[in-house]
Amino acid sequence: MLRFLLTRLTLIVPTFLGVTLLTFAMIRLIPGDPILLIFGERNVEESVYNQMKADLGLDKPILVQYAYYLGDLAHGKFGTSIITRTPVLSEFLSLFPATVELSLTAITLAVLIGLPAGIIAAVRRNSVFDHTVMGASLTGYSMPIFWWGLLLILLFSVTLGWTPVSGRMAVKYFVEPVTGFVLLDAAMAGEWGAFRSALQHLILPAAALGTIPLAVIARMTRSSMLEVLNEDYIRTARAKGLPPWRVVGLHALRNALIPVITVIGLQVGALLSGAILTETIFSWPGIGKWLIESIRRRDYPVVQGGVLLAASIVMLVNLTVDVMYGLINPRIRKGR
Amino acid sequence: MATDAGAIPAAAHSAAPPHPLVEFWRYFRQNKGALAGLGVIIFLGLVAIFADVLAPHPPAEQFRDALLRPPVWQDGGTWRFVLGTDDIGRDILSRLTHGARVSMAVGVFVIALGLLVGVVLGLTAGFFSGPVDIAIMRAMDTLLAMPALLLAIVVVAILGPGLFNAMLAVSVVVLPGFARLTRAAVLTELSKDYVTAARMTGARLPRLMFITVLPNCLAPLIVQATLGFSTAILDTAALGFLGLGAQPPTPEWGTMLSDALQFIQRAWWVVTLPGAAILLTVLAFNLMGDGLRDALDPKLKR
Amino acid sequence: MALLEIKNLSVAFATHGGEVRAVEGVDLTVDEGQVLGIVGESGSGKSVSSLAVMGLVAANGRVTADRMSFAGHDLMKLGPRQRRGITGRDVAMIFQEPMTSLNPCFTVGFQLTEGLRTHLGGSRQELRRRAVELLDQVGIPDPDTRLGAFPHQLSGGMCQRVMIAMAIACNPRLLIADEPTTALDVTIQRQILELLLDLQRKRGMALILITHNMGVVAETAHRVAVMYAGQVVEERPAAELFRHPRHPYTAALLEALPERSAGQRRLPAIPGMVPGLGDRPEGCLFNPRCGRVRDVCRAARPPLLPTDGGAVRCLLPLGAA
Repeated sequence: MLRFLLTRLTLIVPTFLGVTLLTFAMIRLIPGDPILLIFGERNVEESVYNQMKADLGLDKPILVQYAYYLGDLAHGKFGTSIITRTPVLSEFLSLFPATVELSLTAITLAVLIGLPAGIIAAVRRNSVFDHTVMGASLTGYSMPIFWWGLLLILLFSVTLGWTPVSGRMAVKYFVEPVTGFVLLDAAMAGEWGAFRSALQHLILPAAALGTIPLAVIARMTRSSMLEVLNEDYIRTARAKGLPPWRVVGLHALRNALIPVITVIGLQVGALLSGAILTETIFSWPGIGKWLIESIRRRDYPVVQGGVLLAASIVMLVNLTVDVMYGLINPRIRKGR
Repeated sequence: MATDAGAIPAAAHSAAPPHPLVEFWRYFRQNKGALAGLGVIIFLGLVAIFADVLAPHPPAEQFRDALLRPPVWQDGGTWRFVLGTDDIGRDILSRLTHGARVSMAVGVFVIALGLLVGVVLGLTAGFFSGPVDIAIMRAMDTLLAMPALLLAIVVVAILGPGLFNAMLAVSVVVLPGFARLTRAAVLTELSKDYVTAARMTGARLPRLMFITVLPNCLAPLIVQATLGFSTAILDTAALGFLGLGAQPPTPEWGTMLSDALQFIQRAWWVVTLPGAAILLTVLAFNLMGDGLRDALDPKLKR
Repeated sequence: MALLEIKNLSVAFATHGGEVRAVEGVDLTVDEGQVLGIVGESGSGKSVSSLAVMGLVAANGRVTADRMSFAGHDLMKLGPRQRRGITGRDVAMIFQEPMTSLNPCFTVGFQLTEGLRTHLGGSRQELRRRAVELLDQVGIPDPDTRLGAFPHQLSGGMCQRVMIAMAIACNPRLLIADEPTTALDVTIQRQILELLLDLQRKRGMALILITHNMGVVAETAHRVAVMYAGQVVEERPAAELFRHPRHPYTAALLEALPERSAGQRRLPAIPGMVPGLGDRPEGCLFNPRCGRVRDVCRAARPPLLPTDGGAVRCLLPLGAA
């Protein structure tokens, strides 16, 4: 197990360095003077400019500059926003919970619907239900979610008036941020009106963001279940006279879940891509919207730091999934 | 089963096995979804080629007397603008028609570039093991580790917004998939006898790479390229929607959507139609990609 | 009274090209405490028949029989719940591939106690004690620690022992062993076979031993049924069948045994192939390969005709003048 963990860790290090190289190169590849990019495009006095250049090590060879950059990262310095003058890391941390809340809700919805749908489709192979699930899943998989989000708004907010169009909570409510998750904070403060409002704001963007993972999970669960249901040990389980729910829900599902969990884990990257779009449509104050706004404002330090932080988190989650995969698969856990 | 039984005497009569393409078509034809996808793709291709003839109006022409005109079947609609007009009076049908041209061009360009660079990198990594292989594959891992849209955003941040830069960005996104696939296929093929035979006859490296080995790796690449079309179209549209891709007044579907955002409460058609066009196109390529995979993957053949 | 009685069992599978019959008109009887050997080449319908008894035929398969009764229960009339009360409890089965027949995600102990818990119940300690006992009975050393092992940590022979322990957990009256030794090393095959027969004798349970190996059956079975292309072609007491085979196919199988053909330069082989599911010949199914074939054999399927001590599906049986 330890060796398994270590190999995974050694694999992620070069990838992480690759991402830092990319973000490091980004600022230098953007046309224009890096100092002006980092400090905003204002007139800077010659002496101040040179001072900055020395401070940033920009007078040093490029490799030394990269080493400085890595050193800064190691000390948690991810740059400072040109516009707000606050450190990128603290901005990221204050916005990150909103994205996590949205993404977790989305993936929960996707699992809660996709998993049973895939299982039933596999058990009732070639039934009307199966064909419906597969058709819906292929459509969901092909869905431009920025459009899908708009359709949901059009239907539920504009036409039916059930849910609000944007934001995390109605303006009249205020909840002291403790965890940063509005739902949790509202519940802990006992503000049930705020909780309701937060839930109403959350459900539509989460549904939009969850659509593609839902489609992927349903498809994967179905094909994985179909494969497992043909295995010899399923016949053994049935030969024991076990009830069907136990054969399908325990013996088959436990094995079928192994690839499904990997796929769910791999959705984290797709989820972040989706969050960028969903947050923009629903004005959800998370890191996706923040990144897009920063690009529009040419706030390059934020783009640089934000991309690195977001990519690192995706890689960390993927690593965790990899390790979890080892935990649920006894062949890896006990084997080597 | 019954066809098997019938096939035995039939096979005994016809001396030559069917041409691989004929056999492929036989499998592909059985998949109705894939056929429908192919149909839609051919249709879109024709629309893209003949957009100038098919579109009733130039895509950027503004009819100041007909702002936000609804489609013909709604009150206030007119046959002059079958699918209505947008906020500055441009004909939606014409813009959608030219949008098909943009999207198809995007797909072709992105896949061609991604395929070209990816295949060369994959072949190089597969043929030269050691540091070259490691360097290429670690770089590909890095690109794959980044969420697709995030990576595209980094590239657009460097190059600046615009349709061409967005296409370059999406090429970078799809490239590692092709590189990995090629490398894996090359490694399998390299261990086979025909490669050894070609080597012994003194084939030079470029010939070995491109003439001997590459054609045998094509099947998975074709499938990946078809599925990649949908990624290319979807991601470029997403960039357009975010304002980082095609810029107005380019009739690109994603850009049309982002222009229409503010009219969502008043004019459903400016929002619904471009998105439906994207969905239809992406769905068609996904359906056909699935069908191709089933028809080309020898493991699934009975 | 017979423990298991099957009359005219047929199993058909729906495929893209229509229905194909894997098993056709099979009659079998097993008495309490008896060992029945079922012999036949792969695809002869041995496994499918036994799966039909267990109620495990795949969803696209259709099982029909004039009679299929076990210990007085009409298996064709039982609902799924009552059927499951018999399957795994009174009738148990072990399979050809022990390595893949155990669920890789669960420990030996979990899989072993599962059937017990479902059919008999009991406290956790009782179940555990019983599981240790069972592993001990099937000759697994250090049963206490093996309970926590995963299947991939065991060898093929060990896995088959675990499968046997699972099968006998609820003291079944009939055990069906479908090629239990085929996938194992030659050295292990004999051990497993002896274990099965030992358990059969000690517990007085009936055993159906399915195999393609005539030699195995010769030493172990009371009665033998020979299957060919989905049909029983001969069913008689083992000793008599081996001494005087009545069906030409049985005779050919016996001649192909290496020990019987000692001294000959080449092993005799049966010419031709077993007909596939879709291309069954007219008349007797064996007629294209039979050395004694006459025109009558090609006219109609011969019925199962009574002969000394059993039955044979041949119009011109051997040794009948």
